[in-house]
Amino acid sequence: MAQEKLTRTLAPVVVGILLLAVWQGGCRLGHVPVYLFPAPSDIAQSFVKQWPLLVRALWTTLAITLEAFVISVVLGTLIAFVFVQNKLIEQSLFPYAVLLQVTPVVAVAPLIIILVKNTNVSLTICATLVAIFPMISNTTIGLRSVDPGLSSFFKMSKASRFDTLVRLRIPSALPFFLAGLRISSGLALIGAVVAEFVAGTGGQSAGLAYQILQAGFQLDIPLMFAALLLIALSGVLLYMLMVALSRALLGQWHESSMTEEA
Amino acid sequence: MLAGSGAGLQIGKSLGRMLDKQRNAVASLGPNTQIMTEISSVPGTLAPLSDRRDRALVPVVDIRAAEKIFSNGMRGLAPIDLTVRRGEFLTLIGPSGCGKSTLLKLIAHLIQPSSGDLSWWGQDFSHVGEPERRIAFVFQDATLMPWSRVDANVRLPLDLAQVKMDEAVPRVAAALENVNLTKFARSFPRQLSGGMRMRVSIARALVTDPDLLLMDEPFGALDEFTRNKLDDDLLRLSSERGLTTIFVTHSLYEAVFLSTRVIVMAANPGRIFGEFIVDESEPRGDEFRTSDRFAQLSRGLSEMLNRASVAGSSAM
Repeated sequence: MAQEKLTRTLAPVVVGILLLAVWQGGCRLGHVPVYLFPAPSDIAQSFVKQWPLLVRALWTTLAITLEAFVISVVLGTLIAFVFVQNKLIEQSLFPYAVLLQVTPVVAVAPLIIILVKNTNVSLTICATLVAIFPMISNTTIGLRSVDPGLSSFFKMSKASRFDTLVRLRIPSALPFFLAGLRISSGLALIGAVVAEFVAGTGGQSAGLAYQILQAGFQLDIPLMFAALLLIALSGVLLYMLMVALSRALLGQWHESSMTEEA
Repeated sequence: MLAGSGAGLQIGKSLGRMLDKQRNAVASLGPNTQIMTEISSVPGTLAPLSDRRDRALVPVVDIRAAEKIFSNGMRGLAPIDLTVRRGEFLTLIGPSGCGKSTLLKLIAHLIQPSSGDLSWWGQDFSHVGEPERRIAFVFQDATLMPWSRVDANVRLPLDLAQVKMDEAVPRVAAALENVNLTKFARSFPRQLSGGMRMRVSIARALVTDPDLLLMDEPFGALDEFTRNKLDDDLLRLSSERGLTTIFVTHSLYEAVFLSTRVIVMAANPGRIFGEFIVDESEPRGDEFRTSDRFAQLSRGLSEMLNRASVAGSSAM
């Protein structure tokens, strides 16, 4: 059992090291110029050299991502609760939620950036627009997917609305809500990066996307790679956090988080 | 204790006369029984509340001309009269579409009749849940909360009734003990077998100390061995507690084994076709299940079911 676990963690690491070695060897042996395709060592160097800049950029992007994510979760859940109160409300509002979802953020972003003066606020709005939809739809489905038998049981027991909500509807919705969190956290990051690209903001609070743009203009390809890597790592980190949260909340009862067959 | 008085095992009666003879009324009721039965059988009225009324004489459930027409115009139940007495084990049986589940849901107040009246212990549903007026329901499947452990699932009705923890915990332990699941109190439902989950569901029903237990084909999905075992447990628990039980099943053997009275229903529209008294004393066990008498009773009920089935397919 322990050995299997070790293999599972070790195998991707070995693959990663091999890939890096091939990449490094290929670049060096083929004398590929750094401005075309940097070797891992060039990227590492850039990392060290530009560390303060990168950290500031990372922090800016992460702050926008987290703001958008939190707003999406809170607002999306509230909207879902409103939707399930009344079929008419859902029917009249849901098409607009879909409209928001299908309109590409790249297309809307310029408008929002013009309309909203504060860049950080406009970036957060763009990222929220992308990230909120899975929260609304998943939580709505979750709140509706109450077992009819249990629902009858609560009704027969003359349970109060509050008890029914807290003891039945919220736990029933939880797996759907958590799946929404996973999608939404990734989308918030994508939304933040895309919006930064469109806004192209410089100055003190420039995010990772801006660094990629700048590095592109200056042909500083290693910096581009370094920024890209940070974005990817942030995405992975967010996803892993959400998986851990799911596990902590559902681990023992829901199929989606079961680690072993009971 | 609950055995009927007559020698006749099988009493097929027309719908209107259903209430006239409550042969299996509790034996110890004394001379008032007959009078009360007659008062309460006047169609369309409820029994007057008289001072000399004995609690045991008030029907647990009294159904007067209750009819159910579904929103799509389907007639689920033709007007039905049915009186359920205290201590009865009443089984509803019949071909599919005969309205037995609908009737049970009416009794559980999960759906409302299109016309007609129901009363519980002589009163309307708002009094259900008060002491000595408690109803518990066991569904076709266990309907447990997958996110809660077995003990929390069993405690649910107590939590909903705001029973304090220090009172609820021993009651949950006792209920689990009753169904032999003490060892699994901290398990999650998905870790249990189908039969065990059903036992949790029964423990959850019994933890409220109900006076009326409603069961909708509770063991239908289980294998025969497990079903027999649970039937044994159910019979023991219900006679220990003097429960009134209304049970829906597809199995005529289960009906014969468990019931003091079987209501045979027919379809098109759903209605009561006749009733069948199982005149056999308790305790009942494997000996009863394998006896000639059991076979004889089963044959009798089977014949009545066949007639109900024919009536349901040709009528209207």
